[in-house]
Amino acid sequence: MAEATSGRSDQNAEFMEINMGPQHPSTHGVCRLELAVDGEVVLSCRPEIGYLHRGVEKIAENLTVIQLPVITDRADYLSALNTELGVVLAAEQLYEVAVPERGEYIRVIMAELNRIANHMMFYGALGTDAGFSSPFIFGWWNREIIHDVFEEVTGARMLHNYIALGGVKQDVPPNFKDSVKKILPRLADGLDRCHGLLTDNEIFVARTKGLNPLTPEEALRLGITGPSLRATGLARDLRRLAPYSIYDRFEFEVPVGTVGDVHDRYMMRLLEMRESLRIIEQALEGMPDGEYRGEIPRRLRYPVGEAYSRTESPRGELGIYIVGNGQNTAHRVKIRAPAFVHVSAMEELLKGTYIADAVLIFASMDIVLGEADR
Amino acid sequence: MSLPDVLITILKVLVIVLAAPLLALVLVYVERKTLGRIQRRMGPWHVGPMGLLQTLADAVKLLTKEVLTPERAEPWAYWIAPIVVFVPGIFVLVVIPFTPELVVSRLDLSLLYVFALPAVSVVGFIMAGWGSGSKYALLGGIRLVAQAVSYEIPLLFSVLGVAILAGSLSLIDIVNAQGDTVWYGVVQPVAFVIFIMAGLAEHSRTPFDMAVGESEVMGGPTIEYSGIRWAMFMLAEYVNIFILASLGTIIFLGGWHGPVLPGWVWYLLKTTPILLFVFWLRGTLPRLRVDQLMGFCWKVLIPLSLLNVVVAATFKVYGWGPTVPMVIASLLAAYWFYRREWLRVVAVPARDPVPVPVPAPAAAE
Repeated sequence: MAEATSGRSDQNAEFMEINMGPQHPSTHGVCRLELAVDGEVVLSCRPEIGYLHRGVEKIAENLTVIQLPVITDRADYLSALNTELGVVLAAEQLYEVAVPERGEYIRVIMAELNRIANHMMFYGALGTDAGFSSPFIFGWWNREIIHDVFEEVTGARMLHNYIALGGVKQDVPPNFKDSVKKILPRLADGLDRCHGLLTDNEIFVARTKGLNPLTPEEALRLGITGPSLRATGLARDLRRLAPYSIYDRFEFEVPVGTVGDVHDRYMMRLLEMRESLRIIEQALEGMPDGEYRGEIPRRLRYPVGEAYSRTESPRGELGIYIVGNGQNTAHRVKIRAPAFVHVSAMEELLKGTYIADAVLIFASMDIVLGEADR
Repeated sequence: MSLPDVLITILKVLVIVLAAPLLALVLVYVERKTLGRIQRRMGPWHVGPMGLLQTLADAVKLLTKEVLTPERAEPWAYWIAPIVVFVPGIFVLVVIPFTPELVVSRLDLSLLYVFALPAVSVVGFIMAGWGSGSKYALLGGIRLVAQAVSYEIPLLFSVLGVAILAGSLSLIDIVNAQGDTVWYGVVQPVAFVIFIMAGLAEHSRTPFDMAVGESEVMGGPTIEYSGIRWAMFMLAEYVNIFILASLGTIIFLGGWHGPVLPGWVWYLLKTTPILLFVFWLRGTLPRLRVDQLMGFCWKVLIPLSLLNVVVAATFKVYGWGPTVPMVIASLLAAYWFYRREWLRVVAVPARDPVPVPVPAPAAAE
């Protein structure tokens, strides 16, 4: 399809070129997919990103380690706390800072809550892309519950700047345990409602079952990680495989799919939320009193050296690479964003599908363009 | 026709023309409220008591907006399309018998008329799709025409059975024929279901709304329209839904017939559930894919509607005796067609989970 993407006039050609995005409602932000379509069938797809590029990595090179989470929050704005966790873990490797127990527990609880909030957004977006407006509202009800707790704890609903070197910025409010315990049953109930609304919906099943199945080998070759990879049957969860923070202390399952189609990818997210609820429950039980932030060095110059952290963000494997050179600001900050890899996989995934399915496949990868473009 | 008669007719037509937009305003409000309730929220509530004036405010906003013409549009087609889409709806309203008295024109062939005229609006949609000079509009227009033309076949076949039973093509005769016996919806349950389904597809409502689907073609043929011209598409859509519910009431639910209460009350009592059902679907169903939609029409609805014509003929000739087993048989056939032909999920053989650990993650970068 060389001529399909070369931008020549398609007046007399067999195919029609369509720009899906950057203002198309189903591209979840400002991604642009250059589709060559023959009627309803997508012949080729060329994803084009960069419409949301703000130079997060470059800006991060001009910030001190305390300021760092402020800008990385803006990368993946739907799961800011998970990104913060990754960034701070990498920084802690460099600075060799110990985190007190309470700090670790707060981090895990907040990160898992953010995972649920993110997956609820995924649920709503996938539903909307299937032409169904109710899941969006259902997802948002649950997301709002979590955001209320976030607001109590961090003062912000989406961009928190909360997890910091050595622990967390400030202690949780005294009623934190109660308020989280109170929302857990509500979230479980909301999750059941979400299941009831969409999971077995006949049309939804007919649309998504068997759509775009992937084998583990294909998925690995395309660099797909996270729930979309686990949907293929590969139980690769970094929380289990290479536990960071204190994830090795909790009991939780890693849900895996069987065929890796869109419905499996959807199911993975919903099952994962249940596991996140379990983790939060256990973490609430075990959360000790005490310090929430450890001793951090007074001079915050980056030590000379490099550090790489990989964490399981809701979207997949999030890698943060920081090179320090003894200055106040880092020499290099690199974010390995799962969404970026997933967007690049679209070129292969969308080939030969219907336009309507292309929308669903795109949504099933749970892409946040803020993270892909950075 | 004497002069007073002509004047009265003109007056009636004027009422219809003015009532149609009002009807659409009310229906939009009801739909938004219903959707809101389904989605655990309020729906419009801020403008006027209970939000009743919200749609009026929207209409005023649309009226005062600039009417844009895209640079690449075909001006004539682009201009006329909303009118071509909107006018047939009003034409159809003229022959609909709300009560024996409340009908503008007693046309003998009104059953044919109410299905023939909306076909014209399909032309309007292809004009809009082509004339907008936009690829998404074209795509949506093509989808809409393909779907509307296909679904007209089961739609017509489903009412053909009723026409056989009533022995007339006049809507008034059809209602009167149901007055002393049972409703046709009971004799022809499959036809009623097919009628509603095909009607939804004809006007591209959920779950058959891929021609205007926001997540795929972003509004389809109407994407480039703004202001009052877009409002006309909107009006046409809701007038058409009302016509669908009205025809369902008249053809299958006995129209104005009913005990005690006056005719127009019965008419509303029967029309409202159908309307609410249509809105309810919008809140609870995703959208079909194009091939599934067409497959559903050609593989399920058309054979079933043909079968249904046979059932109707049997009833007409032999009465209840042989009809009851045939109705049951057609219901079974409907279920069988539905399971076998439509709900065919692509089977991908399940694999066993791959054991962990996996290749070093460095490869993923």
